[in-house]
Formats: sequence, C-alpha cells, structure tokens
Amino acid sequence: MTIANQSNRRAYNYAYLDEQTKRMVRRAILKAIAIPGYQVPFGSREMPVPYGWGTGGIQLTAAIIGPDDVYKCIDQGADDTTNAVSIRRFFARVADVATTERTQDASIIQTRHRIPEAPLGPGQIMVYQVPQPEPLRGLEPRETETRAMHAYEEYGLQYLSLYESVAAFGRIAGGAGYPVLVDERYLMSPSPIPKFDNPKLHQSEALHLFGAGREKRVYAVPPHTDVRSLDFEDYPFEVQSWDEVCGLCGCGESYKDEVILDDAGNRMFVCSDSAYCGDRRVAGHAGPMAGHALDGLATGDDNTDDDAAAVGIEA
Amino acid sequence: MIAAQALTDMAPGFADLALDAQRTFRRLMDSMAKPGRVTDLDVLVSPPVPGFEAAGAIALALLDFETPVWFPDDADGRRLANWVRFHCGCPVTTDPAAAAFALAGPHNVPQIDHFNAGDAKYPERSTTLLIVCPALVGGAAIDLTGPGIAEPLSIAPAGLSAAFWGAVAQDRARFQLGVDLVLTCGTQIVGLPRSTRISPSSAKGK
Ligand SMILES: [Zn+2]
Repeated sequence: MTIANQSNRRAYNYAYLDEQTKRMVRRAILKAIAIPGYQVPFGSREMPVPYGWGTGGIQLTAAIIGPDDVYKCIDQGADDTTNAVSIRRFFARVADVATTERTQDASIIQTRHRIPEAPLGPGQIMVYQVPQPEPLRGLEPRETETRAMHAYEEYGLQYLSLYESVAAFGRIAGGAGYPVLVDERYLMSPSPIPKFDNPKLHQSEALHLFGAGREKRVYAVPPHTDVRSLDFEDYPFEVQSWDEVCGLCGCGESYKDEVILDDAGNRMFVCSDSAYCGDRRVAGHAGPMAGHALDGLATGDDNTDDDAAAVGIEA
Repeated sequence: MIAAQALTDMAPGFADLALDAQRTFRRLMDSMAKPGRVTDLDVLVSPPVPGFEAAGAIALALLDFETPVWFPDDADGRRLANWVRFHCGCPVTTDPAAAAFALAGPHNVPQIDHFNAGDAKYPERSTTLLIVCPALVGGAAIDLTGPGIAEPLSIAPAGLSAAFWGAVAQDRARFQLGVDLVLTCGTQIVGLPRSTRISPSSAKGK
C-alpha cells in the first residue's frame, strides 16, 4: 500500500507529529481563524518535548509546515540563541524545509517574544510560542469565569485593572503581553511580545497564529484585522521608545536591548532583532559603537549545539 | 454498510497521505484567512461524485473518528458518505446539528440554520459546511467585509438562492456563533468563515 511505503521511509512521520494529531491541530487552527482572538481548546495529546521549550508554537508549526516553506525561528528577536537554532534545525530535518534568518525570505516565522522589525508581507505566517494564553488570568484565576467573560464580552475587570494602574502610576503600566481587542470583539493576549510590537498586529498583511502548549489553546489574528491595544481617552496607548540609537547599526526606530559591556558599567543599546540589525550593517549603516567586538557576534554562525540532543529527539 | 463489491470500486484517496493533506489544509487555511478569494487546491483526488474534488480533498485532510460528518440524504450523498467513511473512518450523522463537517450541493443546499452554530462559551463547536456550487462566478453578487479582507470584495457564486444568502446574513448577525462556510467548485474553493460580514450587492441599489 502506498501510504505504508511512504511512512516507512522515515523513522517518524512528516513534520514529526502523527497525522491524527495534525488533523486535530489543523481543525483548531481553522476555527481560531474563523473566530479571531478567541482561544480554541485543542485535544490533550502530549508532545514529545518538554513544556517551556515552546511546545505550543512547535505543534502549530508542525501542523502547517510543508516542504515548500522557508522557515525562520527567533527567540527574543535573535536567530542565533540555542533555542532558536535547535528548533530551526529540528524542522529542517523533520520537514525538509529550507531555513533562513532573513524575515523577508521566510514563509513561516516562529517566535518567542518579538515580531520582526522588517514589515511582514502577504502570505507570511507568524507562529507565536505562548506561555499563558489567557489575558484575564492574572485578574481571575478560574477558567469557568474567564470563559464566561469572553463569551459575554464582559471585559470591565480588565479596564478596571488598567485604570487602577493609571491611578497608581499616572500611566498604564506593563510592557509585555499588553492586552488587545481583536476585531472589536475578543480580548487577547498578544503573548509576551513587548507592547512596542502590538501596533504591528493591527491590519497586518500576515496571518498570526498563537499556540499555548501547556494550556492547549490556539488563537489567531487573520491578515487585515483590527487589533486595538486597550487604553483610555486621556491615557492613550504608548509604545516604548529609546533616546539612544542602536550602537551597531545606528537605527533609531527599532526595539532595543541593553547590553552591559564591562564591569565599569559601560553599556550600549542594540537592536533586539539581530537579522534586521545585521541587514542594516551589511547595507552600510553604522552606529556609534560600530566595529565593537559584539559587531561580529550577531551575525556569527558558530552554533555547535546539537538539535537532537537539545530537544531529546532520537536522530 | 459497505458491500465488498463497493470496496473494490472505491475511488482512491490521497496518493501521499501526509503531504497531500498538508497542502490541502494549507490552502484551505489561506482561504479562511483571506475570505472571498478563489483558491485552487491543486490536489488530485477523484471522489465518486464529480464536482466534489476540492470538498473531497478537504474531507480527507481533516476528518477522522472525532468528526461526525453530514451528507444530504440522496444517492450522491450516500456515495460520498461511503467514500469519506472508508478513507477517514469518521462517523456519518443524519442530524445536521451533530455534524462537525457537512458536504452538500449543488442540487441539495441545506438550510444552514439546521447546523450547529456553537455556543457562547464554545463557539468553535460549530459545523463547517462545504457547499459545491455549479460555478464560483456568474451568480448574484455578494459584498464581503471583515477580518482577512483588505478592501471590500464581491463574490458571485452560482446556484445559491437569495433565501440562502438571507440565512447566511442572519447567521453572521449572531457572531461569535456561526456556521463556517467553504464554497467549492471542482478543485477550487472560497472561504467564508463566520467572521465575514455579507450583504447582497443589490441591497445597496447597485
Ligand atoms: Zn541595530
């Protein structure tokens, strides 16, 4: 039988997950797209990787990926962290896909904590690893209650919490996982991306899929969908900004990480998006610290960790 | 029951189970993310009823023992039911309200309010209804807006009555509930998830 022959070619199924698990996740993804911002529960099968490693994002990627895809994986904006490299090599092996660090070249971008700086285009898919999908969980621990709040659009508690923040701090506190309203209906956690990235979700050209492995939830923001960060008329939503430009590429607009340079407390700010920063430097942009030893690291390719060992998967 | 004779005549399913299912799903996902656009599934399966190529491929890609499926109670519906059950192992239901998926048309378009629209707390427990149309162009124009649609867009699938579109408009008015639609013809599909707001173009005096 043809089917048996094809599955026998590998020690595991295409993209690692079995077909039945993929169907289950795929059905959940379709409902998530049909109900933007709503958290669709999916079945209770376990992934062969430990939680905290990005199981939700990995399950989504495994369910959607095909051999024609070009795959990029970032962790905190960087392509070269141990996690990002491991996951990228994993899919290169189990799904026969090309991989890239260039945002513009990727068809699927799996991410933890950032949306790339380069504008996303039509046909691109962002896959987010989500540790806590429920935006209301910090305010209401009971799942039955938060489910009812979403069902009947009772988001007063969330506004009250933001208002209390204004009263206490004179502004809306909080930097990551800042809640948004999707298509003016569902309250959604954009995962722990900095609120700097929230505006990139609004009317994006790309499809955004969010996967929470432990909580077994998938939710989505389709392309060209309204995504509004909650705020008040007199306390409008604001994103972080930096007085400093990127030390390496000189960019003023990007999201910056602070890097401590030495024991004397010298520091610089660099783009959190390493591929974006590298592209700019290749194009000739230079920041005040250009030529610093760190300049080479961001584009280095000296990752020696083995993906199979890192994720406990038999080669 | 499937007779032994019927098994030997059973039309084959996907040539490559994993990759054909992936490709079919991916194009369907794209269609649901960008409603109203015609997409060719480009997957070759030959269900026992001509015209159901895309609908059949979607069934093979998504259905299994967890997904009760509904077919019209006619000769074509029974042929399709046997084929889908053979390849997917899914339960076939005669109750539209119990169906996770339903395949219908073009001569027997069911009333969409008979299907499951989900409930307020679990809106995803709704039916996904695949309707085969005689053509995806040439019918009355329907305007679309909503998530996934950059600029207002019109579709004009053939074979669907004003009463059908009236029922769809009513279904959309109760979002987050709703029946998710996929219109198909041959190997082509158009996604119309419940998030898509619809109105007949004529209603605006065009
Ligand atoms: Zn930079």
